[in-house]
Amino acid sequence: MLTKRIIACLDVTGGRVVKGVQFQQLRDAGDPGELAAAHSAAGADEVVLLDISASHEKRATLVDTVRRTAKQLFIPFTVGGGIRTLDEAIAVFDAGADKISINSAALADPSLITRIGDRYGSQAVIVAIDAKRVGGAAGFEAYSGGGRNPTGRGVVEWAREAEKRGAGEILLTSMDRDGTGAGFDCDLTCVISEAVRIPVIASGGGGDTQSFIDVFQRGQADAALAASIFHFGLRHLADLKQELQTAGIPMRWPC
Amino acid sequence: MIAVVDYRAGNLTSVMKALDHVGAEAAVSDDPDVVAKADKIILPGVGHFSSTTTLERAGLRAAIQRAVERGAPFLGICVGMQWMFESSEEAPGVPGLGWLPGECGRFPKDLKSPHVGWNSLACDHRSRLFRGIPSGSFVYFTHSYRAPVVGATVARCEYGGEFSAAVEEGQLFGVQFHPEKSGAVGLKILESFCGL
Repeated sequence: MLTKRIIACLDVTGGRVVKGVQFQQLRDAGDPGELAAAHSAAGADEVVLLDISASHEKRATLVDTVRRTAKQLFIPFTVGGGIRTLDEAIAVFDAGADKISINSAALADPSLITRIGDRYGSQAVIVAIDAKRVGGAAGFEAYSGGGRNPTGRGVVEWAREAEKRGAGEILLTSMDRDGTGAGFDCDLTCVISEAVRIPVIASGGGGDTQSFIDVFQRGQADAALAASIFHFGLRHLADLKQELQTAGIPMRWPC
Repeated sequence: MIAVVDYRAGNLTSVMKALDHVGAEAAVSDDPDVVAKADKIILPGVGHFSSTTTLERAGLRAAIQRAVERGAPFLGICVGMQWMFESSEEAPGVPGLGWLPGECGRFPKDLKSPHVGWNSLACDHRSRLFRGIPSGSFVYFTHSYRAPVVGATVARCEYGGEFSAAVEEGQLFGVQFHPEKSGAVGLKILESFCGL
């Protein structure tokens, strides 16, 4: 049976893992290579590394960070954050990424999805969407620039376009829940999961076991991504997987 | 030396990294002479079934056939395994190697596709590739087309019906999943192939 995936996310800047709350207030959380290996050993089904660097100088270290992180990692490894061109994507793939995640660059030029997909296969292209609740019928709006800029685009419509252009998966982050541990936005996740035929990774708000059960059952997520709850030892990933399996969620466990 | 055939379809970094980890001596090559003389051949692939036409043009198909006729073990990964069959719905009219009977087909329309993630295997314990791998082990898949269950199937997987997760016939091996991305289980399978 196809299992639901638990994905450990490393937010990095200048070669270090950091964690913020609602896209701000950064704290140091360790070395990406060491953390990736620790997550893999604890049972993470995938590792995502997101470069959240605000400056060009800090971003210049990304390829080296990817190479170091990929070295001892034998589970799927996704890299995202600040990848704007096919050439930048190629450098990240060459350094050992299996998939790349694009967000603002795809919003600015959706043909990038197709161009990366044509070269590496659509399974290698994840379109990340930062979604914020808005009033009215639109429901959720897509933001670019690491959650700084409203785009005016509805999340459902953008997710469908991303799929049509060849995205292999959608990484859907609730900006309202990010870093709060208050639970995933199951309404958001469910709406997108029903709107597209490709897998949806829910992100933002993961906390207790029940929040993961909810996003897999009510939110119909194919995978759930979390960062801070794993880095700071608030919850051991292995315990989470075991509890989810006991609750009837298909897990790769033991692994 | 293991030749990892490069036909400009996807990313070979992960496969090379995993082979290095299990202590195999391997090199990426798009040179038909190198491939024809290799001790073993790995044909990776995450692209489209039709990208195998590049193999044809580059003379690599004939080189692979020569190596296999010599008895060199062959491992196809993902599309590399699908190419061992006669054809695929993904690229009508593009012939596969035809070592195994049947056509690769799409997943049923009511399922999410691609089939992405960790799924469990039902393994045939006589398989050399799956030596020491118990049934129920999880491996990582990412694919939109699937190969039918045939006589050479040594591992089955379930997603909208059963399909071939691995095939084995003589010195010919194929895996639909990605052993290089399947943690300790995948590394063990690669190690078994490299040790043949």
